[in-house]
Amino acid sequence: MSPNENEPDVQDARPTEAELSERRSRLARALEEKTTQAESRKNVSSSGTGQGFAQAMKLSTEFVAGVLVGAVIGWLIDKGFGTSPWGLIVFLLLGFVAGVLNVLRSAGLIAEQQDRTRDG
Amino acid sequence: MANDPISQFKITKLVPIEVGGLDLSFTNSSLFMVATTAVVAMFLIMSTSGRGLVPGRWQSVAEMSYEFVANTLRNAAGNEGMRFFPLVFSLFMFVLIANLLGMVPYFFTVTSHLIVTFALSMLVIGTVMIYGFAKHGAKFLKLFMPDGVPPVLYILVTPIEIISFLSRPVSLSVRLFANMLAGHITLKVFAGFVTSLIAAEGLGIMGPALSILPLAMTVAITGLEFLVSFLQAYVFTVLTCMYLNDALHPSH
Repeated sequence: MSPNENEPDVQDARPTEAELSERRSRLARALEEKTTQAESRKNVSSSGTGQGFAQAMKLSTEFVAGVLVGAVIGWLIDKGFGTSPWGLIVFLLLGFVAGVLNVLRSAGLIAEQQDRTRDG
Repeated sequence: MANDPISQFKITKLVPIEVGGLDLSFTNSSLFMVATTAVVAMFLIMSTSGRGLVPGRWQSVAEMSYEFVANTLRNAAGNEGMRFFPLVFSLFMFVLIANLLGMVPYFFTVTSHLIVTFALSMLVIGTVMIYGFAKHGAKFLKLFMPDGVPPVLYILVTPIEIISFLSRPVSLSVRLFANMLAGHITLKVFAGFVTSLIAAEGLGIMGPALSILPLAMTVAITGLEFLVSFLQAYVFTVLTCMYLNDALHPSH
């Protein structure tokens, strides 16, 4: 840092700090514009086949898994305690709810388990 | 039947072994699991044997796979998660190479069987539960009792959270298995159309000419399947990292 950085007489010799920082921010802006353009291009090109298919696969398995696990738990409870068919009915409904919860979570529409508990 | 799209998933016994009434035969599935492990081990041992400061082609592929998994794990579970790196890296390499080996014609796809993928995901969830209880004890159960919920609702919320937690290994394994199974069946069906059209009587010259269409589709689906092979290995790894994160930080 030279003490005379804001004085006009050094302008002819070399660029001042202010000019340099101005140029730096301009370059950073241009670079950012370029990268966001490249990223949006990449997103557009990859969203055609693979991404949509993967997303559909992910959400459907999340939902089916919830219902299946609920049904299996209910069936096991019925088998163990002889409460047929109430365990299956109740846990199938709970499994349905858990499936919807799974789908919403993996779609990012509600907070993950650990994130939500963090907020209190 | 050559055109049967399911026969490629058939388990055949190569070396029948039976111990105490249990069928422990060495099957074609076992053979390809051994082959997958051998390919992974050979690839990593051979590529890193040079240990060049400036990596060669193979070494940089090995380093790239390391960096890729390490970054995924660090992003999802933080620096603490790196203690699980051997597990996560082994899972990623195994699933990836098993998927890719399955793409070779006449090879068996290990990951197209639900029991294999389910065993892999149970390994993950087992690790999460054992580590979670060992490190946090009863506080690990906070995962099932979120804060800020009226106490009465715990009757409803806790079972739902438990089912949601238990459905993770199911969805993790079903996703990988279903993707591989569906992809290979589609491939086989479209490839079967080619031979059926060529062999079809009564179409004359039209049969072979039309068979270009399913052939083009087969080529396109092969490309897509390579993408899916990689994508599913990646998805399996990412979700593994997220579940391990739950074991490390259950309540904060």
